[in-house]
Amino acid sequence: MLGGLDGDEAAHRALLVRLSIHLRAYFKGQLARIGKTPTDAEDLLQETLIALHTRRHTYDRSQLLTPWVYAIARYRLVDYLRREKASAADLPVEEAPELFADDNAAAVDSRLDLQKLMAKLSPKMRQAIQMVKLDGWSVSEAAARSGMSESMVKVSVHRGLRALSLLIGKGAAHED
Amino acid sequence: MKTDELINVLATNLEPVKGGRLRNTFLVALAMGGVAAVCLMLAAFGLPIDAFGGEHIGFKVLALAFTLGLAAAGVAFLMRAARPGEPGPRPLIIVGLFLAIVLAGIAVLLFARPSAWGALVFGPQWAACLFCIPLFAIAPFASLIWALRNGAPTNLALTGAIAGLVAGALGAAVLAFHDPGASIPFIVIWYGGPIVLCALAGAILGPRLLRW
Repeated sequence: MLGGLDGDEAAHRALLVRLSIHLRAYFKGQLARIGKTPTDAEDLLQETLIALHTRRHTYDRSQLLTPWVYAIARYRLVDYLRREKASAADLPVEEAPELFADDNAAAVDSRLDLQKLMAKLSPKMRQAIQMVKLDGWSVSEAAARSGMSESMVKVSVHRGLRALSLLIGKGAAHED
Repeated sequence: MKTDELINVLATNLEPVKGGRLRNTFLVALAMGGVAAVCLMLAAFGLPIDAFGGEHIGFKVLALAFTLGLAAAGVAFLMRAARPGEPGPRPLIIVGLFLAIVLAGIAVLLFARPSAWGALVFGPQWAACLFCIPLFAIAPFASLIWALRNGAPTNLALTGAIAGLVAGALGAAVLAFHDPGASIPFIVIWYGGPIVLCALAGAILGPRLLRW
């Protein structure tokens, strides 16, 4: 975690991979009890990973990591359940079986479609995320090519990731 | 989307995170909210003639100590509440401060003649307190919500309530410069009451405003 906070990409990636293994088991267990599929758990897992990433500045370096991760995962789970309850009430009963139709075949994929989500961002955020996070250009390269200042690129990436997690929360990825 | 892809996206070109960011956000929020509240007070009442003296200087000090003490205890709570998983301190100091001043107010009333109670409880400016404290609290509340949204609070109702309480206490402290009232029962009811109202408003607004 500390390596990731200091900007070490490999350490951050390794941490997220390790956490995703634990969190997947946790969410699968919790969601299975209310009849949700592993795909739902994967949606929630990805939402949580984005939250862990965009809120990583709220981790206090002098404290233990586990309670911090658990608190965020639990918050996302509670938020997810609240949301699902609201949208489940809107659904006609006949459509309910469809929710269980796609089961284990696509278990490792979530329903989140990054490109679809990106389309809903402002052009500036979309461009910044595309260049820095997807195409892997450095911040200074992205700044030079897009005409934005470097700090503007950084801010756009950060805000864009947050906006993405908000969009996921609103269920934008599940449309059509 | 596969989760491994998402992790790659998140880790690519990772920005380092500076240590004191959350604390700085809170300091900026407090400064902005406090300055805005003071400006509003000056615009409403003008510069107090006897800001640092006058016949009620004792009550002014008491009102400021009460309200600023509440604000300080509340901010300490909020800064932990913005970090998930921190062993949350119960807001005991806040309850303690309230209890102390309420007891003091009751004691004053008990030692006074019942015929004097009306004058002790209803100072000349009670309506101003009721109206102005929530009004002055709006700017600090907005800036505190902004700071909290930069963090990751997990108990939204309680966090919102404490944010409302801090904002109310700051609004009350600003008003105390203008007119602190002239008795402890007055401070308890017309300062403490609106602060509690602000906290209630914060508890109701918290889950909507702080959700992430």
